[in-house]
Amino acid sequence: MRVNVPISAGAWAGLFSRWDVLAFLLILGLLVFLGEASRHLFEPLTELQQTPTSLDPRNLPEYAARTTLRMLIAMVLSLIFTFTYATLAAKSKAAERLLVPLLDILQSVPILGFISVTVVFFMALAPGRVLGAEFASIFAIFTSQAWNMAFSFYQSLRTIPTELEEASRNFRLSPWMRFWRLDVPFAMPQLIWNMMMSMSGSWFFVVASEAISVGNTTVTLPGVGSYIALAIEHRDLVAVSWAIGAMLVVIFVYDQVLFRPLVAWADRFRFEQEPGALAPESWVFDVLRRSRLVERLTEPFAALWRLTFRPRRGDKPALVARAASGAPGRFTFQIGVIVASLAAVALWQVVSFSIEGITLADVMTTLVLGLATLARVVVLIAIASVIWVPIGVWVGVRPRIANLVQPVAQFLAAFPANLLFPIVVSVIVAWKLNPNIWLSPLMILGTQWYILFNVIAGASAIPNELRAVGVNLRVRGWLWWRRIALPAVLPYYVTGAITASGGSWNASIVAEVASWGDVHLQADGLGAYIAQQTDAGDFHKIVLGIAVMSLFVVVINRLFWRPLYYYAERKFRLG
Amino acid sequence: MTAALLDIHGLRQSFPRADGGEHLVLDGVELSLNQGQIVGLLGRTGSGKSTLLRLIAGLAQPSGGTVTYLGQPVNAPAAGIAMVFQSFALFPWLTVLENVQLGLEALGLPLPEIRKRALAAIDLIGLDGYESAYPRELSGGMRQRVGFARALVVHPNILLMDEPFSALDVLTAETLRTDFLELWGEGKLPIKGVILVTHNIEEAVLMCDRILLFSTNPGRIISDIPVDLKQPRNRLDPQFHDMVEKIYVAMTARKPAPMQIGTVPAATMNTVLPRVSANLLSGLIETLAAPQFNGKADLPVLADELAMDSDEFLPVAESLQMLRFAEIEGGDIKLTDIGKQFVELATDDRKKLFQRQLLAQVPLAAHIRRVLQERANHVAPKSRFRDELEDHMSTEDAEHTLRAVTAWGRYAEVFAYDDDSETFSLENPT
Repeated sequence: MRVNVPISAGAWAGLFSRWDVLAFLLILGLLVFLGEASRHLFEPLTELQQTPTSLDPRNLPEYAARTTLRMLIAMVLSLIFTFTYATLAAKSKAAERLLVPLLDILQSVPILGFISVTVVFFMALAPGRVLGAEFASIFAIFTSQAWNMAFSFYQSLRTIPTELEEASRNFRLSPWMRFWRLDVPFAMPQLIWNMMMSMSGSWFFVVASEAISVGNTTVTLPGVGSYIALAIEHRDLVAVSWAIGAMLVVIFVYDQVLFRPLVAWADRFRFEQEPGALAPESWVFDVLRRSRLVERLTEPFAALWRLTFRPRRGDKPALVARAASGAPGRFTFQIGVIVASLAAVALWQVVSFSIEGITLADVMTTLVLGLATLARVVVLIAIASVIWVPIGVWVGVRPRIANLVQPVAQFLAAFPANLLFPIVVSVIVAWKLNPNIWLSPLMILGTQWYILFNVIAGASAIPNELRAVGVNLRVRGWLWWRRIALPAVLPYYVTGAITASGGSWNASIVAEVASWGDVHLQADGLGAYIAQQTDAGDFHKIVLGIAVMSLFVVVINRLFWRPLYYYAERKFRLG
Repeated sequence: MTAALLDIHGLRQSFPRADGGEHLVLDGVELSLNQGQIVGLLGRTGSGKSTLLRLIAGLAQPSGGTVTYLGQPVNAPAAGIAMVFQSFALFPWLTVLENVQLGLEALGLPLPEIRKRALAAIDLIGLDGYESAYPRELSGGMRQRVGFARALVVHPNILLMDEPFSALDVLTAETLRTDFLELWGEGKLPIKGVILVTHNIEEAVLMCDRILLFSTNPGRIISDIPVDLKQPRNRLDPQFHDMVEKIYVAMTARKPAPMQIGTVPAATMNTVLPRVSANLLSGLIETLAAPQFNGKADLPVLADELAMDSDEFLPVAESLQMLRFAEIEGGDIKLTDIGKQFVELATDDRKKLFQRQLLAQVPLAAHIRRVLQERANHVAPKSRFRDELEDHMSTEDAEHTLRAVTAWGRYAEVFAYDDDSETFSLENPT
């Protein structure tokens, strides 16, 4: 057991400490919140129509709570998905071959595409009840969170140090125990960082996932997202500001109550401890950790948990394979047959689906529109890079400023593009601008920050000695950028740019069409095409649009980003 | 007489090679470990001794032969065989106590017993007061103590140690060795036999009752040396020194016909080259030529003088021999005439002499140069030579060998190499 120094020793030692009270409050608050927010789940759908979303700001706390709960449930689902999917991919060679590329594709499928396609299915699951719509909404949020988490977990599992892996085998840990003692802890810091990114990302799509409208099916779930949608429809600027305020509060609370404690807690799982790096701090984490009550409450659970580590009777350590077994195993053939037949069925479905409702002209149209969106993404990434790389480097070499900028950028990354519709649409209409050009910046609104995040991280990782050499040799101006700063941040920049580019494709569905009240603006592009077809409820064209977009993203990743990434890693990664 | 704890017969380990052949790591290993013995596996990098340890631990399966522990074949990690790792292999997110408890939890013991045994092991190994510390808060020496406590707490019959002291500084390593031997000698350790992998000759002589000497590529036991010195052993004892010297001789002796004067086997295209910098080579020549040694030195004495352990030192000495700057014989190293000549020269002429020796004695260097000369543009990709080498050695060895020859070739200005394009060429950048 860990030896904890009680915070309030002395006369109070036997009673509650103030930390206990605080901790109690926090937990109670969480329970009430969960109870309140899930109460309406089983109400019939008609209830929603009787009490439609209202713009009264007094409803906002409830809406915010519901949105938060949806995101939390989606996060839990994402974690479950991550733990199973990524583990399977990392542990089984046969599964890996299929699962990793699958994840790669899933990652490139636009999130709003998932909604358009799956909403009817989920509504059918619980006909006439709010639950079905909730499922659809939560599933949409899930799709905006899960993939990068699973990828990060998979990559962590692949890089577990050999000696730790050997130690856990030598001490005969059961697979279950190994998972919780080695795999999860090792992956934790990376996973939490990805959870935070996922959370930011899912805010961006909350509007679309709560105000679902596919063809004739229109469902508005009470939440911040629908509130924003309604405010835009009614051209209510005050309501938009209220929504921004509510979002700010929720993001702040999330950060303080969930992520900061997680980051502080995960610090112990960091495998390499760079000297001099400050340990992250969180008051909530301190409260929970110092409270004896919390410890007493969690101890029985921890003990129960440990019981599951016990070897079951008949449990034998796995036999190890011979090193020189080059021949394929017996199972590979059977799995091959299964995969092949699945692929055949899928192919047949796709073909019959396409023949039914898609013409060659449609395909050509989407390809051309894809090129238009591609051009936007390329130009926007270039512009964002020119702006944010210098700023990121400037901030990154100044740790104090970096600490201030990081949380602000994190908030901006979560800022849904829809909230800027009023300004953008008014400006475009007033000055008669070309929406093809001036709607584009919305695409990169939420994703440019990943470039900034990563460049800041890269610049702050430049070793002091390297910078000292620069000063010593009086390397200044452009030479400093060319020889020191830019090479040092390149691997980080590429990582950020990959995320930003993928995110911009995703955002194009929201950003290439903008509306403010009854003014609808639209740019020509694949995103607008998908949004349009979703409104029309034309499933064939939705699927076509999504497929073409995924294709674009995957091809660009393979042809451009991946080689660039490996090059940067090989040549410029410090240390 | 009690039965052996561990029996190994005809053990072989090989890995498939790129060209379809196989790369032999271990061959024909026979070994038995009796109760109360510390057996040392001594050999150079690439002698497969760590591989052997992993086969014993059941972490890998051999390509041939058997490992038998208490009459049972080992084909998975066995209860009763615990390992101490070179890099400690502690779980950074577990406290000292939690790390030590790990193996007991996996056994499914009741919590009070886990606690009791873990605390006893911590006490025994001198970690009292550190129970709640995380590994990152500890020094290397304390970390390895945790490694020992974690292995001992499961009361294994056999303790496997994989170079457990090599990541520690000299003083700390010595303290840990002494503490371990003391506990072992007093019978306080809950173990019956120890297998220690090491490349440090003195460490082996200090700790082991028996030393098995391994050859490299493939690893075979070339010598089984009993060490009868009484514990505690003293490094300054002349008998101790003789034993170290004897092992040095055995380790530097040439395989089939040792001690044939004047016939040091030449390097071939198949020779795996050690990665030794040209600076180290000239440094060793200079040291040898210094008045103190006057061109001839005892290998262990010279290694000691340079504060290098045998694993670092022997490749340097042998590279000198390969390039004919020195000869190794009977545990001594002696400068040749070429070596003596080298000392007299200035930097540029040294390079020329090195170039001559490199082209004459290292066929791979001469081969690369010839290929470059024959090609019209004097450029050849690295992969061309890598493929050639991989016909005779493992991918890893091929990479090492290429890097070694690149470093020497660059120093001698025999050829240039560009890492971005991975090509050799005759031109140096202008």
